[in-house]
Amino acid sequence: MTRLELRDVRKSFGALEVLAGISLDVRAGEFVSILGPSGAGKSTLFQLLTGALKGEGSMRFDGAPLDGARFAFMPQRDALMPWRRVIDNATLGLEVQGMKRRAARERVAPLFAEFGLAGFERAWPAELSGGMRQRAALLRTVVQQRDMLLLDEPFGALDALTRAAMQRWLEGMWQSHRWTALLITHDVREAVLLSDRIYVLSARPARVVREVAVPLPRPRTESAALAREAAAIEAGILDTLLGQPPIRVPDHPMEN
Amino acid sequence: MALIRPFAKILPAALAFALLLTAWELCARLGGIAPTVLPAPSRVLAQAWENRAALAENTLPTIRATLAGFACSLLAAFTLSALVDFLPRLRRALFPLLIASQTLPLVAIAPLVVLWFGFGLLPKILLVALVTFFPMMVALVEGYAATSMEISQMLAAMGAGRWRIFWAARLPSALPYFFAGLRISITYAVVGAIFAEYAGAAKGLGIYMLSAKNNFRPDLVLAAVAVSSVLTLALFGLAVLVQRLAMPWENAGSEGKSDPDAGGRA
Repeated sequence: MTRLELRDVRKSFGALEVLAGISLDVRAGEFVSILGPSGAGKSTLFQLLTGALKGEGSMRFDGAPLDGARFAFMPQRDALMPWRRVIDNATLGLEVQGMKRRAARERVAPLFAEFGLAGFERAWPAELSGGMRQRAALLRTVVQQRDMLLLDEPFGALDALTRAAMQRWLEGMWQSHRWTALLITHDVREAVLLSDRIYVLSARPARVVREVAVPLPRPRTESAALAREAAAIEAGILDTLLGQPPIRVPDHPMEN
Repeated sequence: MALIRPFAKILPAALAFALLLTAWELCARLGGIAPTVLPAPSRVLAQAWENRAALAENTLPTIRATLAGFACSLLAAFTLSALVDFLPRLRRALFPLLIASQTLPLVAIAPLVVLWFGFGLLPKILLVALVTFFPMMVALVEGYAATSMEISQMLAAMGAGRWRIFWAARLPSALPYFFAGLRISITYAVVGAIFAEYAGAAKGLGIYMLSAKNNFRPDLVLAAVAVSSVLTLALFGLAVLVQRLAMPWENAGSEGKSDPDAGGRA
């Protein structure tokens, strides 16, 4: 079932054309990535989705025009409030929805273990490592129980090792929860590791230059054969992004 | 170590202060300067003790004026800063006026305010507010503007309205700025109250200094000065304490705890 459906979405800031007609679909339980060079307008697209900006084109959700509260949004970096304890950061979205703080805490507290944050409920965000902060931010995002997650380069600010660990962790989490998710990233490996499908954007003004299915079984970090296939897909996407003549890339998994 | 460290921190300042007092004492005693011109610190201290009842009687009204004026100033700074945050046009209308208010020479304004509002508490409150209001107001407005864009956008995406964003994000973001402004303005507060009393009051450190000066008692003037310094230092210390209590996260995580299982969960 198609949940999010964008058709020819455009956005310009004055004479600067940022999005030149983006069309994409996200189906229920699907993990989709938008991959593009820095400054391509990926974040602008999210701002259109969350309603922070107005653009042209059709944005529909479950067949109806997109209205307010469909998405739980996880911004770049973590946007944890340093003046709230970790648990109160996690409850923020629920409190905004009108839930009492105590009830929101009771809802969130049991999830801390699964997010690797057990024992840190009363800690300040400044006391957490980068990876833990991202997990707290993701916890704050998913407890809102919205229809779909919007993840805006969630691991972009992490060091390479922590990022790799977080990507594996997120893949595991996604496998058990099957959130419908749209991820923005410029990290090709991240997109291939996490996604069912990838939309590759051009540089500004952004349009979809390629749609790549990633039909690899999960978890994807286990076998060498999977890693080879993933690498082939990565190479093909990189060629598209860097404007090289594309080498033959299988759209379907090769059997080794 | 934890107990020794604060002492080690204030030791240089205490030494410098003691050195200054010693030099002053020696000058006054050995230089043959009359105590009606430059009294030695020991004499100031002795006279302060002898006149402690009168000093205390005049200190209380000053404390009252300082606290009442500062409370009004705080309330006004918060209210106006919030208004200005919601109505940017108001900011353009108000800020030139507020800046102009800071150019008024206190020497000229204090007697006028006393002339208009009498010898009671009100003119003191107004003058204390006049000198302390601006740093806090500016700090708050700058602090709101320093709110992280990502936090604001995230709150908006959660469905938060302007009020919610103000309370949940903009106000807490402004706290460090506010306390910086508070520490500046609180050092003006006592001086503002004394100035107001100097221009006309029944009781207070300001009027006490004036009469001591007119009676050729520089030792008592300096005793009152010492009291006002102690008052200001105490208020400053109180501001620092309140900041510690109001922002407990500030001292957290300077070292950052390690992540025991960053990679172990897939």
